[in-house]
Amino acid sequence: MDTFLQNCLNGISIGSIYALIAIGYTMVYGILRLINFAHGDIFMMAGYFMIICMTDLLIPWYISVILVIIATVLLGVFIERIAYKPLRDAPRMSIMISAIGVSYFLQNFATYVFTAQPRSYPYDQMGFLSKKIQLGNLSTTMVTFITPILTVLLVLVLLLLIKKTKMGIAMRAVSRDFETSQLMGIKINAVISFTFAIGSGLAALGSILYFIPRSSVYPLSGSLPGLKCFVAAVFGGIGSIPGALVGGFLIGLCETFVKGSAFSEFSDVVTFIILIVVLLIKPTGLFGEKLEEKV
Amino acid sequence: MSKKKKFLLSAVSLLILAALVVVVGEFTPESGSQWSNLRTVLQLGAVYALIAVSMNLCNGFTGLFSLGQAGFMTLGAYTYAIFTIPVSQRASVYYLYGVADWLSNVQLPLTVALLLGGLMAALVAAIVGAPVLRLKSDYLAIATLGLAEVIRIVVASSPLNRITNGSMGLTAIPGYSSYYGIFIVVAVCIALVALLINSSYGRAFKAIRDDEIAAEAMGINLPRHKQMSFIISSFFAGIGGALMAMYMGAISSTTFTISVTYFILLIVVIGGMGSITGSIISAFLVIAAREWWLRPLDQVQYIGTFKVPLLKTGFRMVVFSVILMIVVLFFRNGIMGDKEFNWDRIFNAFRGKKKKAAVSGGDSK
Repeated sequence: MDTFLQNCLNGISIGSIYALIAIGYTMVYGILRLINFAHGDIFMMAGYFMIICMTDLLIPWYISVILVIIATVLLGVFIERIAYKPLRDAPRMSIMISAIGVSYFLQNFATYVFTAQPRSYPYDQMGFLSKKIQLGNLSTTMVTFITPILTVLLVLVLLLLIKKTKMGIAMRAVSRDFETSQLMGIKINAVISFTFAIGSGLAALGSILYFIPRSSVYPLSGSLPGLKCFVAAVFGGIGSIPGALVGGFLIGLCETFVKGSAFSEFSDVVTFIILIVVLLIKPTGLFGEKLEEKV
Repeated sequence: MSKKKKFLLSAVSLLILAALVVVVGEFTPESGSQWSNLRTVLQLGAVYALIAVSMNLCNGFTGLFSLGQAGFMTLGAYTYAIFTIPVSQRASVYYLYGVADWLSNVQLPLTVALLLGGLMAALVAAIVGAPVLRLKSDYLAIATLGLAEVIRIVVASSPLNRITNGSMGLTAIPGYSSYYGIFIVVAVCIALVALLINSSYGRAFKAIRDDEIAAEAMGINLPRHKQMSFIISSFFAGIGGALMAMYMGAISSTTFTISVTYFILLIVVIGGMGSITGSIISAFLVIAAREWWLRPLDQVQYIGTFKVPLLKTGFRMVVFSVILMIVVLFFRNGIMGDKEFNWDRIFNAFRGKKKKAAVSGGDSK
């Protein structure tokens, strides 16, 4: 029973991190119809930003967190400006290839600047976040406990933002019809930059929460979590933010339980099998809107 | 220009290229000098050319955005390695887990194992293809990317320890004793793909790429042709993976990661989606840049007493990926676009604009 609860806690915790990253995928896909392959690598870069701030510049953790989020947001928006904006009128495949190029570049860049050796994450200097706590028979760190709460709060704020604010309405309009919304006077570029900013900011937060219990970062550490989060986004229905949350939780739970079983080696295999099964049975995911093919 | 003249020109230039390979094979030292880089570039370039052409068949000609190449290469490479490691060396390769009983005395001729590698990849593609190919563009990309990752994990998993040697990888993989073996295999395979592209099947593939709905209306069986393209592409990717294993002599499950697929995709894009000659040219250029021309960037260099900044291990790959990004962003059609190498175009380029305009008015291809 205790292991079951422990798995549940860990699964929900990792799942909510996946959800945070999946939101970045789902929002970008909703607006540009682009799988942002570089998103996982932005997440990895955020990990390195944290190391630079805390280990190299010795900035206290609460200021570092803010700096890391700002830096990652800037990186995300910058990438959009450089690599995706010039291709706005190009076929979709071209933008996807450009995204793959960015991902390849970020991995090589990180290998060059930080070397391929894993660098240790300042996980033990994170103030109360790295404290160990005891819940009945379960022992865990504060961060594992806080992650799901923080995620749910953020998702609620984000939903409010999209429902109520002017920018949110613009985002919904753009995702519905790119050209018409342009005719209605919506500044498309501002909306897209804003989307990337939110996605990257959440990826930065996800990265901090993800790396604290894992304690090291290497240049490829973004690629597999990135893929899994995309699976989560598809599972929940691409374009839907509550879907990304549910998808993230489900993928996180599945992974943790398989890891705890005799088939621990195959935890990632299970994730991808889920992806293929979901795509075949219900391609729109749990909460996705049905997209019609125009002839 | 007459057809006969063009054929002659093509034959002569192919002969010159073959002669270049022979000259490099016969007269350059195996290692040590600058020229030995040329050996590497030619061999590795040939292997990548085959893999790029195989990917182009699926992505460029049929318009199926598949990113599973690394997975099929893994299958080909492992199948080839498992059946060709000399029996006498099996014990030392599998020293940790031991070798499966049925395998301990099997050793196939290299070419047979090579074919088997391709068939293995094709078999998996056939099983997975039917459901996966129903997906549309970017979903297909993610599903095949996931498939490649699944193959990589399964190959390194413990139930297969006694066959694939688990996470230890396989070593002592033999290759053709002759330097030319790889070139012959690659040439034959690419010629087969070229024949396929120029057949009625090839035209059906292109029709599917240009407009699925129109193609279906013209009576092309979509699922069948998509599957065929996917399976054949995987077959040649498998052979390419086997050649890679042959070239490297040692493989592990981390040899063919997602970034290998990305790298091959970028070769295809630089050469031009939908051009076989483009893929071949760009494979050699890209490999030459990566393995040879950009090498000096990885070492600390001095000009007089001035230490050139930025140069250290890894800088080469950064510059390389920046070049790739520039091509992707500003030269979206790559070297050849979707056209094949054509003597008319070369001559027109030399003749100046006035005539070129006149020619392209009458003969747009």
